[in-house]
Amino acid sequence: MPVNYLYPEYEIVRNYDRCIVCRACERQCANEAHEYLEDKNKMVCDDAKCVNCHRCVSLCPTRALKIVKSDHTFKENGNWTKKIINEVYKQAGSGGVLLSSMGNPEHYPVYFDKILLNASQVTNPPIDPLREPMETKVFLGAKPAKIERDENGKLKRNTPPHLTLSMPIMFSAMSYGSISYNAHESLARAAKELGILYNTGEGGLHEDFAQYGENTIVQVASGRFGVHTTYLNTGAAVEIKMGQGAKPGIGGHLPGTKIVGDVSKTRMIPEGSDSISPAPHHDIYSIEDLRQLVYSLKEATAYTKPVIVKIAAVHNISAIASGIARSGADIISIDGFRGGTGAAPTRIRDNVGIPIELALASVDKRLRDEGIRDNVSIVVGGSIRSSADIVKAVALGADCVYIGTSALLAIGCHLCRSCQTGKCNWGIATQREDLVKRLNPNIGYKRLVNLMTAWQHEIKEMMGGMGINSIESLRGNRLMLRGVGLNEKELEILGINHAGE
Amino acid sequence: MKYVIIGNSAAAVGAVEAIRQNDTEGKILIISDESYHTYSRPLISYLLLGKTTREKMKYRSDSFYSENNCEVMLSTSVTAIDKDAKCVLLSNGESESYDKLLVATGSSPFVPPVNGLDKVEKKFTFISLDDANALEKAVTEGSKVLIVGAGLIGLKCAEGISAKADITCVDLSDRVLSSILDDGGSEIVKAHLEDNGIKFRLGVQVSEFGKNSALLSDGTKVEFDVLVMAVGVRPNTALVKNIGGEVGRGIVINERCATSVEDIYAAGDCCESMDVSTGEKKVMALLPNAYMQGECAGMNMSGADFVFDKAIPMNAIGFFGKHIITAGSYTGEVYTECEDGNYKKLFYGDNKLNGFILIGNAEKAGIYTSLVRERTKLDTIDFELICEKPGLMAFSKDVRAEKLGSAQ
Amino acid sequence: MKRIYVNEKWCLGCHLCEYYCAFASTNQSDMARALCGVKINPKIKIEENDKISFAVSCRHCDEPLCVKGCITGALSRKDGVITIDRDRCIGCYTCILSCPYGAISPSDDGAVQKCELCIKTNGGKPQCVAGCPNGAIVFEERGE
Repeated sequence: MPVNYLYPEYEIVRNYDRCIVCRACERQCANEAHEYLEDKNKMVCDDAKCVNCHRCVSLCPTRALKIVKSDHTFKENGNWTKKIINEVYKQAGSGGVLLSSMGNPEHYPVYFDKILLNASQVTNPPIDPLREPMETKVFLGAKPAKIERDENGKLKRNTPPHLTLSMPIMFSAMSYGSISYNAHESLARAAKELGILYNTGEGGLHEDFAQYGENTIVQVASGRFGVHTTYLNTGAAVEIKMGQGAKPGIGGHLPGTKIVGDVSKTRMIPEGSDSISPAPHHDIYSIEDLRQLVYSLKEATAYTKPVIVKIAAVHNISAIASGIARSGADIISIDGFRGGTGAAPTRIRDNVGIPIELALASVDKRLRDEGIRDNVSIVVGGSIRSSADIVKAVALGADCVYIGTSALLAIGCHLCRSCQTGKCNWGIATQREDLVKRLNPNIGYKRLVNLMTAWQHEIKEMMGGMGINSIESLRGNRLMLRGVGLNEKELEILGINHAGE
Repeated sequence: MKYVIIGNSAAAVGAVEAIRQNDTEGKILIISDESYHTYSRPLISYLLLGKTTREKMKYRSDSFYSENNCEVMLSTSVTAIDKDAKCVLLSNGESESYDKLLVATGSSPFVPPVNGLDKVEKKFTFISLDDANALEKAVTEGSKVLIVGAGLIGLKCAEGISAKADITCVDLSDRVLSSILDDGGSEIVKAHLEDNGIKFRLGVQVSEFGKNSALLSDGTKVEFDVLVMAVGVRPNTALVKNIGGEVGRGIVINERCATSVEDIYAAGDCCESMDVSTGEKKVMALLPNAYMQGECAGMNMSGADFVFDKAIPMNAIGFFGKHIITAGSYTGEVYTECEDGNYKKLFYGDNKLNGFILIGNAEKAGIYTSLVRERTKLDTIDFELICEKPGLMAFSKDVRAEKLGSAQ
Repeated sequence: MKRIYVNEKWCLGCHLCEYYCAFASTNQSDMARALCGVKINPKIKIEENDKISFAVSCRHCDEPLCVKGCITGALSRKDGVITIDRDRCIGCYTCILSCPYGAISPSDDGAVQKCELCIKTNGGKPQCVAGCPNGAIVFEERGE
């Protein structure tokens, strides 16, 4: 056996006093970390295979299992950490680019956690959402620049096409292929029941889900996979994906092993061929080019559907957003550097892009300053973790948020960040039939509905505390925010005062 | 409406339970020549074995008659039916009228005439509780018991008294359980019974009895203290035969359990009916068939239109912990498995399973039975798989969905 | 009347239903204590091959062949639930011979055993259903 430089990161701890040898752990682990020894009637495990996804832990009927971080250690070094050393070993062994998935896990500041919300005391009354009506409904799309009247003095209906949502939340783009059929069904059904939208990502739309068209955003990305006229017209809106927060500057990549059966049909590419989206759209090198695609799509959908342009939050975000707002797009979607993915080169995921809070604040300010804020709605994503993050995002200027990771958590994801292996034990990021069936959409969709309903309640509570009864009145209302532990520059970009000010 | 039921066993109970589904008002009269609350006849051997009690042997609870509003005349036999007057004549000289009559008279042990049988003092048959009671008294520790007949009744009797008695079993056939087992199966069961102390003299018959001995046809002699005659049973058909009703080996009934005489139905061991596994008419004296025929008769007597056309011979029986499960007929090609004391034979042909024999492992045997009973076409299932392992897996996805309820 | 329905589409073959079933009949409060070192003999059983798996337990038929064929009267159907009086059962296996689903099985003590919808142990809340991680076994009322 060659020298193995890598020691397992996690250890599976089994309490043999509680193990009833039901073998559920063994049967449920696609990584084959558990094994049954027939002659000893005993379960054993191989820590090296464990990805810490908790499938076995969650199903163990006697709570006989837990996964702990290995305390095996290198000589302590604040610079050469265990993670960095191991990555070097890995690459020295494989010669390959490091791959990982889900969002950037590194210790960058989380600005949402350094922003606090206001509440009304004495001088203005808070509102009790259980007693008084609260509005969380939002409309996404361009707003008419001015009110127009006809010769009889009646209002002209000059509103461009828009989306109506029961709450300022949408499920962000996750392609069929990167996630499973059952995951998509869960998202689609939940979106329909909740009166919000989900997003196909760049994987096309499975014909079974055409029935959820009114609650679907269809995406057009650089590979154009699965795009055709019916597809564009089935959705409620079309999203042009220029980039994504997890891997700004590179395109999506789904390995041929996942391009099987319906995935291949839906993407309209041969089975087994890698689905590689180019880094750029080859027809877009300027805002003017983008405008052409925006209008091509509007033309294809007879100007009945809003067009969204999605970009990753990068350094010149406000200038880029300004350009997009002038390109004819109805909605700008900005994806922060913590946004998730089914697979990305680790270095890109962990080192490229900027925090969504700063990107949002600067874009909102720039568009206001330029007087074009009403040309577009702003949707932000990239690690919206709770209803509080949503309220803060809206107060920083967002019309709506995209949630991806939290939606996946709702349907069982345990953030083991092994999507790229295709062996998701929770039936989400996999196309293996035996694994896909582990996600029963009847359960999955209900959990999504539960989560969103809970968040909607919490949003109302927080709004009520601030004395605000409509989410529209909160948008861009930065007076409701105060920073803690932020420096002058950060406060300036966020456009908020420090707590105590 | 007045229903009269002659008999008080499984077919009678089946009829009562069926009648009461349709008619809660009509009068039901049960006439039994025995003196007991309805009890399960097959349990008499278990009673001797100590695996059940007289109380637990009751086929239905004590409140069965009152709950179903039945009148019961015990220790009374029906001597004749007057089909024109629509009444039955009773042993006590009285008569009872009926609107609908069920003949569930069962069967009686057949005792062949053998020279010297009258000299035997302690001789018994073994099909009723009275028989069991009497036998239990007669057999004492170390009794030598000769059982004539190595069929279901004789062998169950043997098992029942095996703890006390020294048993020899004689049968004209050279195999045990020749009516339900093939050669291989008989051999296994015989060896198992011998391991448990039962001695066999097969392929011979008794030529002559002495007071405590039997001279066999091969010239040898067997001494005994107690004799049990278990050669077979005969359906009790006389009541129907005497009024001109059609009778073959048993009372002839149609698929609604009606006899050829108007308003007279028959069910249970006294009847012959169609064996769907062969298409032949035969007497299938089995408790499940008795109940289901009784039920069918009861349904039709009380106005429903009910058909029972799924009768097959089938037996679940065990001796000293070894289980034997059989059903259908043993014709056609054969699938055999024999290992670790388990024996399996499936008989099939013409795209259908005709019958099977399982000894030892009984797991999911009912799946085979359903194939025989429903005449399932074997090319619609995975026959190879089901041979190896009975299960719903062998059926198509749609059939599974229907069976398990996922199809909505 | 509520019945158990099984949908193989969602069955993962994890066999947990069998363990929850076995645990339910122990009348204990801690599964680990109840089942450690025990070879279970559940009343619901998984049938499986490489790709397909599903749980089989008593269907509580409207026309139950097991009840009709029972030679002792130990099996009976009341309020739609087929139960067994284990005290009266003498283990002749006529019901095993009769059941077209293979849902009745020998127990460890001579009598047969079958699913009784947990009415004797868990107040009529089938534990296989409660323990199924994927909604493959449901207990519900459906129109006939």
